[in-house]
Amino acid sequence: MEILLMLGVPLAGGALLAIFGNRQWAPELGATASLVTFLAAVAVTTRVISDGPIMAFSGQFFIDPFNVVLVTLTTFVAFTTSLFSRPYMRIEADRGKVTAGALRLYYAMFQVFTFTMLLALTTNNMGILWVAMEAATLSTVLLVSLYRTPAAIEAAWKYFILCSVGIAQALFGTILLYFAAEKVLGSGGTALLWTDLNHVKAQLEPTVMSLAFVFLLVGYGTKVGLVPVHNWLPDAHAEGPTPISAVLSGLLLNVALYAVVRCKVLTDGALQSPFAGNLMMGFGLLSVVVAAFLLSRQRDIKRMFAYSSIEHMGIMTFAFGMGGAVATFGGLLHMTVHSLTKSAIFFTVGHAAQKSGTQVMDDIRGLIKTNPTIGWGLMLGAIAILGVPPFGVFASEFIILTTAMREHSWATPFLLVGLGVAFAAIFGKVQPMVFGETPLPRLLHPPALIPVFVHLALVFMLGIFIPPYLAAWYRQAAALIGT
Amino acid sequence: MSLGTQLINVLAAIMLLIAFAMLSQRRILSLIELFAWQGLVLSLSTFIVAYTTGQTHLYFSGILTVALKVIALPWILYRLLNRLNIRWDVETLLNIPTTMLIGIALVIFAFNLAQPISQLANTVTRATLGIAMACVLLSFLMMITRRKAVPVVIGFLAMENGLFFAATSATYGMPMVVELGIALDVLVGAFIFGIFFFHIRETFDSLEVRHMEKLKED
Repeated sequence: MEILLMLGVPLAGGALLAIFGNRQWAPELGATASLVTFLAAVAVTTRVISDGPIMAFSGQFFIDPFNVVLVTLTTFVAFTTSLFSRPYMRIEADRGKVTAGALRLYYAMFQVFTFTMLLALTTNNMGILWVAMEAATLSTVLLVSLYRTPAAIEAAWKYFILCSVGIAQALFGTILLYFAAEKVLGSGGTALLWTDLNHVKAQLEPTVMSLAFVFLLVGYGTKVGLVPVHNWLPDAHAEGPTPISAVLSGLLLNVALYAVVRCKVLTDGALQSPFAGNLMMGFGLLSVVVAAFLLSRQRDIKRMFAYSSIEHMGIMTFAFGMGGAVATFGGLLHMTVHSLTKSAIFFTVGHAAQKSGTQVMDDIRGLIKTNPTIGWGLMLGAIAILGVPPFGVFASEFIILTTAMREHSWATPFLLVGLGVAFAAIFGKVQPMVFGETPLPRLLHPPALIPVFVHLALVFMLGIFIPPYLAAWYRQAAALIGT
Repeated sequence: MSLGTQLINVLAAIMLLIAFAMLSQRRILSLIELFAWQGLVLSLSTFIVAYTTGQTHLYFSGILTVALKVIALPWILYRLLNRLNIRWDVETLLNIPTTMLIGIALVIFAFNLAQPISQLANTVTRATLGIAMACVLLSFLMMITRRKAVPVVIGFLAMENGLFFAATSATYGMPMVVELGIALDVLVGAFIFGIFFFHIRETFDSLEVRHMEKLKED
């Protein structure tokens, strides 16, 4: 029941906002819908705490310790992003960067996007998972091109074509998965249900499964932003409106990785060999290193943080690829803290860029002088994402690194180089933006920075104290997926 | 080999031929016609599979294919051509012979890749899995070689056809709910592509993809 509410509210909100999205109170309506979705997710979560995993609608939907964390996280970040969009989009509209029609599209599609991500997370059907992932691309592509500048159109075109081609590979992978499953489970609706597949995974045909996993990894990996199929990601992040950058980085990439991990569990069971994990480790390491070096060459602030997202997704992919309870625990924790931190960073970056009228980092200066909260937000966010203790990113990276040292020591130098280069680059660029002199005035609308500090406070808390039930979920999820 | 199997193999061969024809077709209007024909062949083979194997849900997916890929999508694309005034557009394609040769290499690759899976399959259509994969790869090649936005999108839709064909030949089609979802995604995707063509034209004054290769690393 709560699941239905959680999925229904964003869908209904999207429909309402498609009609009323250009009214004065549309941002508040959007935020309310997101709040109700979040509360429904909290209700689902409390039920999972008391009763354990849930199955609903004859097994078509399910919540287990792995996706319950992501469901709560997704709805929470979607809610804070909707709070952030209120002043952000108002300023954009005041400056004539978006039309009333574009605003309507924005508010409606934001809700639809939330719906598709929640559907992808809660569905038990691997086919519906594919459908939801494709729908997530479709709902965001027109948002990336919202400003209608040549660069924005190009970014959206790339995003659309690359992700559609990528996801077509994932469809082929899903067909192969069904092909393998049908032999064991018989044809019909249940052969693609993940829970059913998980029971019989040892009987699935190994050759077909390994081929299927390659296609699924490339397909969903395109959406995760793994190198070398990452090209759409920096463009889409840099040219779209900042709230969209925040949800793409903070949520969509997670959901895509979630899909990869679900597929990995099945493949591992069928193959009884570390094939899937090795592939993920390879792609993950490559992403970390390539992204770190590209990151240091960026001039656009949103592009830089987009590359930082690729780097962090690489770390998570590597962690899940290593497998084992500890690394998977670290990967899950990293997923959580990265999405909180990165969306907080994009919130401040959005306001910083609006205040300076540019996204070029050389022209953004002295944030702390005129808008101290933006300046401190950016500084703390950067410190948190770079893995400085006591923030949560430090804890998760520490877990992943120490496990890597123990089990795959050859990989540690790559990880350390990646992290080191990223640290030098981001810290060196953020510092002059925050301090330094500026002649620019303050922002017209008061910036929405409560979400930023709430996110950072949570990341801080996760760095020093993980609530017992959260740790229990992480452990159960790690036991489930990290065999 | 039964009559049904033979018919399916003939239709599969026609699918592959159409895929090659699309690769070399320069007129956008003819490209849309070819796409509609491919959809028709696909639905015919789906119906035959449904008839010979008695899988009733395949009738529905066949009807879905006709509605979506033979009627709706070509109609949307045709309307777009008229609205954008590019009905008679001819693309300059470089090196059609080379493209065809690469295409042949892809077909061989696809057959080799599909062989181990076909042997595991126990469907009457298993021989066509290689062709389905070849269609997917050929459409992909078409997307890469084209310079205008509309043919790129037709290539994408043809790729979807190939995937659908793979699903029927390997497994007698995906579960109905998944197929409906995929159809919905394709339809919505086509609409968004349509909106996009107008945005591209408005911004760049032409529909050539080369305008959209500017965002690069310094």
